[in-house]
Amino acid sequence: MAKNSDENNIMLNPIIVLLETDLLIIGGGTAGCLAAIEAKELNPDINVTVVEKANIIRSGCLAAGMNAINAYLNPGETPESFTKYVRYDACGLLREDLVLSQASEFEYVVKKVESWGLPILKDSNGNYQPRGRWNIKINGEKLKPIIAQKTIKSGVKVINRAFATNYIIEKGSIRGVYAVSTNESKFYVIKAKKTIVATGGAAGIYKPNNTGNARHKIWYSPFNAGAGYAMGIRAGAEMTSFEHRFIALRTKDIISPTGTLALGFGAPQINASNEKFMQTKLSHVGGEGAPTPYRVYGPTREIKEGCGPCYMDTTHLSKEQAYELKKSFLDMYPDIVLYWAANGIEPDQQPIEIQGTEPYIMGGHNQAGYWVDVNRKTSLPGLFAAGDVSGGAPYKFVSGCFAEGVIAARQAVKEIMLDCNSASEQNKSLNTEQLNTEQLNTESINITEQLLEKELERVYLPLHRHYTQKQGITYEEMETRLQKIMDEYAGGVSSYYEMSEPRLMEAEKKLQQLRNQIPFLIAKDYFELMNVHEVIDRIDVAEVLVQHLLYRQETRWPAYQSRTDYPERNDGKWLKFVNSIRDKNGEIKIIERPYEQIVPGDRYLP
Amino acid sequence: MAVIIDHLKCNGCKDAMESRCEAVCPGSLMIRNEDNKAVIRNMADCWDCMACVKVCPLQAIKTKLPYELAAFGAELIPKTTNKQIVWTLKYPDGREEVFTIPIEAI
Repeated sequence: MAKNSDENNIMLNPIIVLLETDLLIIGGGTAGCLAAIEAKELNPDINVTVVEKANIIRSGCLAAGMNAINAYLNPGETPESFTKYVRYDACGLLREDLVLSQASEFEYVVKKVESWGLPILKDSNGNYQPRGRWNIKINGEKLKPIIAQKTIKSGVKVINRAFATNYIIEKGSIRGVYAVSTNESKFYVIKAKKTIVATGGAAGIYKPNNTGNARHKIWYSPFNAGAGYAMGIRAGAEMTSFEHRFIALRTKDIISPTGTLALGFGAPQINASNEKFMQTKLSHVGGEGAPTPYRVYGPTREIKEGCGPCYMDTTHLSKEQAYELKKSFLDMYPDIVLYWAANGIEPDQQPIEIQGTEPYIMGGHNQAGYWVDVNRKTSLPGLFAAGDVSGGAPYKFVSGCFAEGVIAARQAVKEIMLDCNSASEQNKSLNTEQLNTEQLNTESINITEQLLEKELERVYLPLHRHYTQKQGITYEEMETRLQKIMDEYAGGVSSYYEMSEPRLMEAEKKLQQLRNQIPFLIAKDYFELMNVHEVIDRIDVAEVLVQHLLYRQETRWPAYQSRTDYPERNDGKWLKFVNSIRDKNGEIKIIERPYEQIVPGDRYLP
Repeated sequence: MAVIIDHLKCNGCKDAMESRCEAVCPGSLMIRNEDNKAVIRNMADCWDCMACVKVCPLQAIKTKLPYELAAFGAELIPKTTNKQIVWTLKYPDGREEVFTIPIEAI
């Protein structure tokens, strides 16, 4: 037994690893890797560090691959025409400055990733093959490994298997992050001049469609647990548009993409009576081409009203086209092909059943995330945000995440170099004041040490509890409870995504009870410790989400945000952003920010 | 979702720091046991991205769809080379379909 207690001792008293870097990137997914590579290209002398909770080789959303780039300007399109379309898709409310700036980079970033080895399909004249206005076809099975290998080759320092827990804050500025190894007894204190958060959005907030061993058969990466949001919320960052949730329209059970069916193979939505309900009932908002929320709202309403099941009709396909459809799925979502074979489904013989997923919080398809300026600077000094964690700019998808990584890196590098220059200037002129400066530094180290102690205690509490008290709440128990509350009271799948003030207030109350239970969480090893902190992060996100959902008293994005007590869109009162800051007492304050139209034209036309 | 690992085929990528399946799992779910064989920490946490299935040179890993979703008897087996992935889809009635997908520049 002595051995065991030694092991426990090591586990509870990790080695503190102090690291310093110029630019720190939290999250080695699409946006994070692109940011790291760009920074190294701009200035090879800058130290760039990526901290990643898995291994960057396949981590993030692209593990399975992609078969298209879905945000690209095909011939004849401009950043303005793109922004106009995205505005239509986002029901008239978005940060046009951000969308314009990402669209201006599509050409640059796509060419860049192509030069690293991404196969992009071309016609006989050597032009990219369009698949709709904003899409081009790729053979993207290896998209993430291609990006990861380039990151490593660029001289970026990569710390794999470490999850970020909180920002290091000095005098109100973000100066790096605390992180815990998932497989060793190590606690990282990574200090940085500038930090880019690129941790993705949040899945696992709502109860998923499937249960048991299929509970992670979900659209978004189940490993995106909202750490970046939660760290920002805890540090008092301004967040925007959490109420603009994302729900994906997917094939039933297996949750594979319907875009491939609709855009690639021209399949319309039908209900149980073969009615093309998007065309017959929702033509006033655009029919099959309606904004994305309506394409989820349409079939959800059909099912609610007893007209389901709903399908995408693929029966017009020939045998050869059905074979091509399977090939297309094998590049990004192989298991639907297995599912069809197992269940005797042939897409040219019968339509493919569809359903909406549980809601996710993310800024890549929709606009939940950090409130940023056009350079992707957050409201916290020293911190930038890129990719799904960054708000206000929907329709990013993969290439928009590339673009935001690049935009954030450019500004961060610029500021690092400016600060370096001014620091060396100051050193020349301030020799006499050196003593004072040293005193100041000692003081700041002391503050940091106190904060470090506090963070160590917070982070390792679930392990301590497991080894001292032996009983408590597992991460799975708390996650299930959170998902049940959100599903039932904050517009989950089981209630057709609908919500109202009384139900949201019930969610608020139950989340508060759940928060009070956090001290009872237990973890038996470092991996479970990560799982525990992921569920704590999700509670932080869920609480902010509920306040946002309560505050917006209209229905702007049906299904994504359906208020039964305010069923209409109301531009007179609600054409504005709902933002929030959680203060030091844990109170969530709502801030309204005005919408600015930059691209002229009718906001509700594509 | 879940993967089934054939421990007769798996060699744990011998003495590699991280086995191939450990390296590619986006959820850090793959580890090696005391016999240096790959195991999944928790079946229910698998996203079913198939990254581990495709990367294994010994084809020791198979995707298994939960019975909740899919009937018994079908298999989808990838064989990865530098230039392409050849997928073999086996139907419960014994039929087979083969798909070749390029992965390098075209």
